[in-house]
Amino acid sequence: MRILIIEDDTAAAGFMAKGLAESGHVTDHAADGEDGFEMARHGDYDVCVVDRMLPKLDGLTLVQRLRAEGIETPILFLSALGEVDDRIKGLKAGGDDYLVKPYAFAELLARIEALVRRRDPGVVETHLKAGDLEMDLLARTVHRGGTEIAMQPREFRLLEYLMRNQGHTVTRTMLLEHVWDYHFDPQTNVIDVHISRLRGKIDKGFAVPLLHTVRGAGYCLRA
Amino acid sequence: MPKLSIIRTTTFRLVLIYLALFALSAFLLLGFIYWSTAGISTGQTDDTINAEITGLSEQYRENGLGGLVKIVTERSRNQRQSLYLLIDPGGRNVAGNLTHWPEAATGADGLLEFTYQRPVGGKDTSRRARAWHLRLGRGFQLLVGRDIQERLKLEKVMRTSLAWAVALTLGLGLLGGVLLSRNLLRRVEVINRTSREIMDGALDRRLPVSGSGDELDRLAENLNDMLDQIERLVTGMRQVTDNIAHDLRSPLNRLRGRLEVALMGEGTQSEYRAAMEETIAESESLLETFNALLNIAQAEAGLAEDSLSDFDLSALVADMADLYGPAAEDKSQTLTGDVEDGIQIFGDRHLAGQALANLMDNAVKYTPDGGTIRLVLRRAGADAELIVADSGSGIAEADRERVLDRFQRLEASRNSPGTGLGLSLVRAVAKLHCAELVLEDNLPGLRVLLRFPDAGWLAEKEQTVG
Repeated sequence: MRILIIEDDTAAAGFMAKGLAESGHVTDHAADGEDGFEMARHGDYDVCVVDRMLPKLDGLTLVQRLRAEGIETPILFLSALGEVDDRIKGLKAGGDDYLVKPYAFAELLARIEALVRRRDPGVVETHLKAGDLEMDLLARTVHRGGTEIAMQPREFRLLEYLMRNQGHTVTRTMLLEHVWDYHFDPQTNVIDVHISRLRGKIDKGFAVPLLHTVRGAGYCLRA
Repeated sequence: MPKLSIIRTTTFRLVLIYLALFALSAFLLLGFIYWSTAGISTGQTDDTINAEITGLSEQYRENGLGGLVKIVTERSRNQRQSLYLLIDPGGRNVAGNLTHWPEAATGADGLLEFTYQRPVGGKDTSRRARAWHLRLGRGFQLLVGRDIQERLKLEKVMRTSLAWAVALTLGLGLLGGVLLSRNLLRRVEVINRTSREIMDGALDRRLPVSGSGDELDRLAENLNDMLDQIERLVTGMRQVTDNIAHDLRSPLNRLRGRLEVALMGEGTQSEYRAAMEETIAESESLLETFNALLNIAQAEAGLAEDSLSDFDLSALVADMADLYGPAAEDKSQTLTGDVEDGIQIFGDRHLAGQALANLMDNAVKYTPDGGTIRLVLRRAGADAELIVADSGSGIAEADRERVLDRFQRLEASRNSPGTGLGLSLVRAVAKLHCAELVLEDNLPGLRVLLRFPDAGWLAEKEQTVG
């Protein structure tokens, strides 16, 4: 995956580039808004990571201009501004996701990868499948190995999100955002408990576990 | 800052403009009076001369030269203002009260003005006159005129008055302008001086209010209100900064210490790894504290008005029961949610959610295994009551106020994880929503009541959608 990092903090951009390279991605770096804009316009990138506050051209304006030119590369905003309306402003300007500094690297990586998947143009799916686990989105049923598994509505949404991102790590914050629409952190391990119940339903009694914990990052559904 | 000069003040400029307008209108008015008066008296002079000419011409036609001489001689004796002179073809005086024919009176009949000599008090004086001269038959010429010296004097007096009037208007206006501006300038100067002192750091200074209730007073009062607000905000901000500095210092210190100790000896790969993992965990809790402080500051500042909106509190509470249900079940606690539908309040959904999450966190954390937690949202008159009640250890009455303060953790909870900021945020969020926050004994346990005033109800159709 080719990733453009537009970030004026060169040390932070350096860590990011190194980490992304170790995860198998190729990165370019622009240290100010104008360079970033030109590179994003002409380069062929899968994702742009854009800092909100940049010299010469701020992140919001940069993304607005890119969108005005019809460039639809997925954008992940990075910001030290964490208030809810800043986040909303970022998404309104054309950003696809918003991550507040400081962030865990695993979180950044999971979100970048999720952005690219989200952009895959596909037909509307009615069935999701991971190994012998099947999900019927219309009938709202879940089967594993031919046996139906009863699900609460919230569990269904949780599983759906994990299935749509199967093979990739999703973080607790991503789950909170997409399954509960919360942009804050509960202090206790509420998400972990939901996951362990879900695991009890879909993995218990089967030889091959599907739902894995990724240490220090989150969870991954993998067949 | 240089002192303001009077000439540059707005008042003075206004006064100058008014003054110019006023002087111009005075000049026009008096000028009009002057010109019309002068015109009328010139007209009168000419009318008198014409009347006399008509009379004398008639006399001449009827009684010939002799009659004319007679009447001219007669009138010359009686009239002081009228001037007459009849000359023969040789230019010699025949009758009249002028000593000689004016030089200008040559050629065709017509009007003229001239200067003549008249003895006043035994002394000849030059005087101006206006006259009509005409040729009679046989070379005789007649001049009939009027002395206009008096009229000219009057006109001169009027001209002088006009000049004086305009000069006085300008002078008095200018003086008034200076006085007015100086008075205003003095008060503005005080405001400026005070502002400068405030800018130099004396935040408690306020602008003087004269008490007259005029526009400057109102301005000063408004500025003072603004200064009060600024002072409150600055104090609040300072408090937050102090708290952050105070409470991030110790975790930062631990962080650094851990890394330093790890570097001291020759550690194994796995020892280093463990130290780094601990460091990351530590920095995460540091970040949590930091975010909690920022949330509190944001709720307390209450200024992020664009993030406020009507939101469905019922849905939020129901979701929260759903989110925490499994965690409670894990501890064999019974979590019961009793949520009335369709309750809507105006506020910040995310901050309210965070506050409720903090209450639920505490409830799950401090309620022993097998205990009960009750989450209730219900209408109470026009208000909405949100209750989180648990059967845990509760909070002693003496400590209930204290736990709401920042970083207050009771001895019993010192060793469990937490920032000590949870209830502070609940208090700040309650304040932001104008809600009443009550901590009560649940016998046993803690009962937290949040009473949101003037809650709205969702319209029926919206309810069914939600």
